[in-house]
Amino acid sequence: MAAVAAPAAARTTTVRDAIRDTLRSEMQRDSRVVLLGEDIGAYGGSYAVTRGLVDEFGPDRVRDTPIAESAIVGAAVGAAMGGLRPVAELMTTNFALVAIDQIVNHAAKLRHMFGDQFGAPVVIRMVNGWGQLAATHSQSFDAWFAHVPGLHVVAPSSPADAAGLLRNAMRGEDPVIFIEHSRQYSQKGAAPADADHLVPFGSARIVRPGRDVTLVAYSYCVPMAEAAAERLASSHGIDAEVLDLRSLRPLDRDALVASVRRTHRVVCVEESWRSFGVGAEVSATLQELAFDELDAPVARVAAREVPMPYSKPLEAACLPAIDDIVGAALGQIS
Amino acid sequence: MSAPSPKENEQTVVFALSPQSAAPNVVPAAVADLDLWDVYRAMLRVRRFEELAGQHYAAGKVGGFLHLAIGEEAVCVGASLVLAPHDHLLTHYRGHGWALMRGLDSGRCMAELFGKATGVSGGRGGSMHFADAQRRMWGGYAIVGGHLTLATGLAWAAHVQEPGTIVCAVFGEGASNIGEFHEAANLAATWSLPILFLCENNGFGMGTRSERAAAVPDVARRAAAYGMPAWQVDGMDVADVVAGMREACAFVRSGEGPAILEAHTYRFRGHSMADPELYRDKQEVEAMKSRDPLLRVVAALREIDGARVDEITAEVEAEMQAAVAFAEESPFPAVSSLEDGIVARPDGLSRRSAR
Repeated sequence: MAAVAAPAAARTTTVRDAIRDTLRSEMQRDSRVVLLGEDIGAYGGSYAVTRGLVDEFGPDRVRDTPIAESAIVGAAVGAAMGGLRPVAELMTTNFALVAIDQIVNHAAKLRHMFGDQFGAPVVIRMVNGWGQLAATHSQSFDAWFAHVPGLHVVAPSSPADAAGLLRNAMRGEDPVIFIEHSRQYSQKGAAPADADHLVPFGSARIVRPGRDVTLVAYSYCVPMAEAAAERLASSHGIDAEVLDLRSLRPLDRDALVASVRRTHRVVCVEESWRSFGVGAEVSATLQELAFDELDAPVARVAAREVPMPYSKPLEAACLPAIDDIVGAALGQIS
Repeated sequence: MSAPSPKENEQTVVFALSPQSAAPNVVPAAVADLDLWDVYRAMLRVRRFEELAGQHYAAGKVGGFLHLAIGEEAVCVGASLVLAPHDHLLTHYRGHGWALMRGLDSGRCMAELFGKATGVSGGRGGSMHFADAQRRMWGGYAIVGGHLTLATGLAWAAHVQEPGTIVCAVFGEGASNIGEFHEAANLAATWSLPILFLCENNGFGMGTRSERAAAVPDVARRAAAYGMPAWQVDGMDVADVVAGMREACAFVRSGEGPAILEAHTYRFRGHSMADPELYRDKQEVEAMKSRDPLLRVVAALREIDGARVDEITAEVEAEMQAAVAFAEESPFPAVSSLEDGIVARPDGLSRRSAR
């Protein structure tokens, strides 16, 4: 169920620090937790998420790997089978493509394929993002992963959720694709001091309640949706609800239906290509479960369907913008 | 068997195959303690399981892909006699014999082929996916080479938690051409992980002869690229396999890092049941059958005690017929169980903490 989450005892931190603090506290709590990835030790992580952890826990628990993503994921899955609790870092989501066989054919399938004898309790952290990085380094494949039974797929938008979702992932019994975003690492927010703060998967979060239209988002698109909601309120007198999915698999269908019962209009925002994406799934879910509640077709705001170009104005034209969200919401209501 | 090449040597030297012995029953001194009666029983169990699996495939009781290891029995039998029960095992998709040798029940293995609820993987896996976590048999894997990086992770866990335990990762020579093999070998050697990469080289990647697919068809020679020692053995001779395994496993168990053992073997049947075998001469197959590892052992044993051979043969036959009967009589999995065991819990909480 959706809940307005506002942890009581909290301190201000960043998404980056929330992830690092969670890795640290779980490593302190459970000696089976190990980290592996490219340049996560001596270098400190390409986005500095793991900085300092190798000094604290040593190179046996914070392992630098060769540039070989299939080996990283395969080794993590095997280590999980053998009783460790690995957290693998893939430098970017783009490189998950060379590990996709390990993710889809092994991590996701071992439990079912071998008759529920064992699973692969492994967390695979990866980073979406862009910034004039061109076609091969600006992608997100959230919907690809969310398509696969056997995986959990989560993507936080705040420090508190980064901590709670990651901790849930690290204490669970199955593989989790943990999607971060390069543009959100420095984002600040309140994070609970509670060392057992968990966010169970499949629970969306109402970031901002509203009555007129629901803006469905996750990851880096949540703050964009919040900004769009503010503009809709101040410039157009429209009261938008912002729903953060937090988890794509499982998807909180109950929260989607409950929100559309309040607002009757939905815009889904994502940074991936539009076709066969998260917005398509949200749209299909709502027409299946809440057809009579919809006063307008579900609108999708997504990336333009081109390989990402390098040139700055072209790149900007590819990505969803706050203006696009506002425009889509106005289109719902007019 | 070839001698090991110590790691301190700059160059890893792989020796040529041992000369084929004319007499089938010569047991090298190094394995004088090998009990050929046990070997006969083990190889016959694998052979008869495979033959019956093939028959029931033809009868429509077994579906999907079925890869039989008839002709290759000496490798899984010899190697398994050397592995310890606490060692980890992963195999390719021609792994029925490995599973039987690991102690998996023949009835439950046959039931898996029949797709029954009582199968070793609950009818979810089929021929290519036998597993038994209790016995540290982590499965047959059907993506060529895909399990080799899993083996590095298991070895990492073993290295941390129980030094002295090793991982045996069985693969075909065809898998040595896929990237996963090289990523796994490099990681294993870089991290000095306790893995024995055991290559069953049957000469064909499906229907393509190794020489046409690999620049260096001897997989053992590839060990040099990763600073690993390697052993080559005659995979049609169980004693040679045992002798090589003893040395290779001792090296890996010592904690010095991974090694490769390459067993040259030959499959008498097609790649799978669908294989018309257009790529090799029947004469070649017949010639190799003269080196049938099972017949070599049985010929030797008949000279010692023919009645005992017959006794073991009858016992194995009874076991395998019972396995088929068990598979036949077992129920199919309930369709209501279809979505069981995909994830432990949808919310990701552990079963324990949620209790």
